[in-house]
Amino acid sequence: MSRMRDALPGRQVEWVEGWGRAAGAAGYVYRPTNVGQIREVLELARSRGVPVVLRGAGRSYGDAALLAEAVVLDLSEMNRILGWDASNGVAQVEPGVTFHDLWRSVLADGWWPEVVTGTMTPTLGGGLAMNVHGKNNWTRGTLGEHCLELTMLLPSGELRTVTPETDGELFHAVIGGFGQLGVIVGARVRLKRVHSGRLEVHAVAAQDLATMLRLADDAKNRWEYVVGWIDAFASGGRSGRGLLHFANHVKADEDPAAQESLRAEAQDLPARLAGVVPKALLWRFLKPLTNRPGMRLINAVKFRLGSTIGNDKRYRQTLAEFSFLLDYVPNWERVYLPGGLIQHQSFVPVAEAEGVFARQLELCRRAGLPSFLAVLKRHRPDPFLLTHAVDGFSLALDFPVTASNRDRLWRLVADLAEPVVEAGGRFYPAKDAALPGELYRATFRDGQLERFAAIKERTDPGRLLRSALADRLLLP
Amino acid sequence: MTRRFAHALVIGASSGIGEALARHLASEGTRVALVARRGERLAEIAGDINRAAGEERALTFAHDVCHRDEVPVLLQEIARALGGLDLVIYSSGVGHPVSFTEYSTDKDVDMIEVNLLGAMAWLNPTAERFWRLQQGTIVGIGSVAGDRGRSGAPAYNTSKAALHTYLEALRNRVGRRGVKVVTVKPGFVDTPMVADFKNLPMVVSADRAAAIILRKAGRGVSTAYVPARWRLVSLVVRSIPSFIFKYLKV
Ligand SMILES: Cc1cc2nc3c(=O)[nH]c(=O)nc-3n(C[C@H](O)[C@H](O)[C@H](O)COP(=O)(O)OP(=O)(O)OC[C@H]3O[C@@H](n4cnc5c(N)ncnc54)[C@H](O)[C@@H]3O)c2cc1C
Ligand SMILES: NC(=O)c1ccc[n+]([C@@H]2O[C@H](COP(=O)([O-])OP(=O)(O)OC[C@H]3O[C@@H](n4cnc5c(N)ncnc54)[C@H](OP(=O)(O)O)[C@@H]3O)[C@@H](O)[C@H]2O)c1
Repeated sequence: MSRMRDALPGRQVEWVEGWGRAAGAAGYVYRPTNVGQIREVLELARSRGVPVVLRGAGRSYGDAALLAEAVVLDLSEMNRILGWDASNGVAQVEPGVTFHDLWRSVLADGWWPEVVTGTMTPTLGGGLAMNVHGKNNWTRGTLGEHCLELTMLLPSGELRTVTPETDGELFHAVIGGFGQLGVIVGARVRLKRVHSGRLEVHAVAAQDLATMLRLADDAKNRWEYVVGWIDAFASGGRSGRGLLHFANHVKADEDPAAQESLRAEAQDLPARLAGVVPKALLWRFLKPLTNRPGMRLINAVKFRLGSTIGNDKRYRQTLAEFSFLLDYVPNWERVYLPGGLIQHQSFVPVAEAEGVFARQLELCRRAGLPSFLAVLKRHRPDPFLLTHAVDGFSLALDFPVTASNRDRLWRLVADLAEPVVEAGGRFYPAKDAALPGELYRATFRDGQLERFAAIKERTDPGRLLRSALADRLLLP
Repeated sequence: MTRRFAHALVIGASSGIGEALARHLASEGTRVALVARRGERLAEIAGDINRAAGEERALTFAHDVCHRDEVPVLLQEIARALGGLDLVIYSSGVGHPVSFTEYSTDKDVDMIEVNLLGAMAWLNPTAERFWRLQQGTIVGIGSVAGDRGRSGAPAYNTSKAALHTYLEALRNRVGRRGVKVVTVKPGFVDTPMVADFKNLPMVVSADRAAAIILRKAGRGVSTAYVPARWRLVSLVVRSIPSFIFKYLKV
């Protein structure tokens, strides 16, 4: 009888949210700093009959790293870089090491992570659990493809070294496995050589969706990084218009100040806008524009500038400036409070992308819920069991959540998802908060979910590890 | 602004005001946990609610509030079963009839245990939780009877007066973090508790009382007389000097 059990300590209770702040729940939060402490927390939860949800930096948009009233095992304080070999660019890290921690400590030696996300704040543990991708997904694949070895603490308490060679099945299921199979307590990752701290960037405008997709596709073999921004307010023949940014690493002989640019400080994003306005305050100024007319204006102005004075421009940007654009305005997600925001990112095969994305943009407009920020990327498949990537494009749509639009928005997400399922596409759970589980599951057609469930049954038969996201999408 | 509650717990939900509160909450879409000793009675109420809702919206937990050591773990279990907790209402109460010449320590202790100590056992861990989360609403069902020491009900009056003071202190602790603590002081409400009393003035139904209480809880007021006219009655009663009050049969 559960009544005979002891309570969990009330002082551990904290409110835990997804980054978009539209999903949140109370949980009993523990922040271990070593494997022994993680074991203790797992044991405590098991003895109380309470599930455990794993959490990194909490940068997933929705409900990936939370579960109401569960024990929250937050690994962000287990964040040491245990080994770094500058001769071959291999790092041994604890799970709480962030992309920021990593690039800062290796850049001066001439290395940069193979894959980084749009913000530098996620942890590598969380990044591996979601198998994150960057703007170079087409050329470099996902984070998991550059992981040489994982150290896993299984719910049984067993510590296991997992590599693609020795335990390929588990390796390819843990990476991208939502933190449902065990705790990643260590990872060995390979980085890439860079000769300069700068990128050569090319910006072009596209007047419609077909052009966006064509330009992105044409660029994918000439440029390592390809990313597009779409003005989701534009309609009719201009629907899908936007700006594209391509970038390559600057080669050693192309940058006289290469050495200087590899200093971490040379990468620091400026703390003030135009040298005047402290950026920490900037989100407050954006707040009044966070509504439909305001966002329509911002998107239109951005397109106007990008398609005129900014069109077909080449320039150089630091690695951090180009890669972490979303860190440029600190706390920008707060403009969406109190309701928060959600994102929907779908991945669609090349041949169907134009049709599906056109339909999605139309559905948003028709619902009166145009996306405030829409981002396009080019992807390639990867070998992981629950991979979200396809040979195609992804479109990520941000939506503000309010008390009055919430139900409509959740319905819209389901509507957006249907054509993706039909087209043989996928969804990205790291960004999701609203997708109906059936639609997510319908994107797996070759027994992947059954294989995942079988591995779960082996590594975590008691279902100690759960999350709101996994309960909703994966293992209902 | 009126708050809507997603997950509520009602202690003392098997009868009277607590039952009406649980039904009201559920009818507005709130997931609600029902606690009291009579498990079968709770199951009937939850059955009604869930049938009407077409989903499992009410959960039941049989528990005697005198078993205070059970509370911390039960509170956590309830929050988990509900999927969260943002409103806790303590409505359990007993008012043993005592005659003018009766001095029953057993009855008195029981009233203190249920009306006061049980409330503390439930609301202490609730307040700790809400304080940490910086959100939540606590409702304690006191009584106009706690506003004065009447000859007819020394321990009942004491239990309610002490409850009011406890709730006020709780409010002063957690209020600064946005947590609401609402002291509810009903007048006479038509429930089994008062079934044996005849000719009570200004009686309202449990249903009506529940509607008022939830409106006040949504606004997060400090003290709510139910219905409001009891505030005036109480003001008058409290301003009667003791040397007169002792001769009154109230
Ligand atoms: C502004 C912004 C931009 C983004 N841009 C991109 C992008 O360009 N590309 C991209 O792919 N993603 C992007 N993301 C999403 C983000 O990279 C992922 O959600 C990532 O997983 C977050 O890592 P985290 O450390 O915050 O993990 P959390 O969000 O805390 O957790 C993510 C998942 O990992 C699990 N987990 C965490 N730690 C461990 C561990 N040690 N062992 C096992 N499981 C664990 C959790 O249970 C959860 O399921 C972006 C997010 C934001 C906020
Ligand atoms: N009715 C009025 O006129 C009036 C006026 C002012 C204030 N109040 C207060 O309002 C509250 C509710 O009263 P009511 O009128 O609704 O009375 P009621 O119908 O008798 O209900 C009392 C509730 O308290 C519960 N309870 C009693 N002893 C308990 C115990 N040991 N453990 C757990 N629960 C216990 C009962 O459940 P079980 O028996 O199933 O345990 C029942 O659910 C009480 O605090 C009362 O003092 C009532």
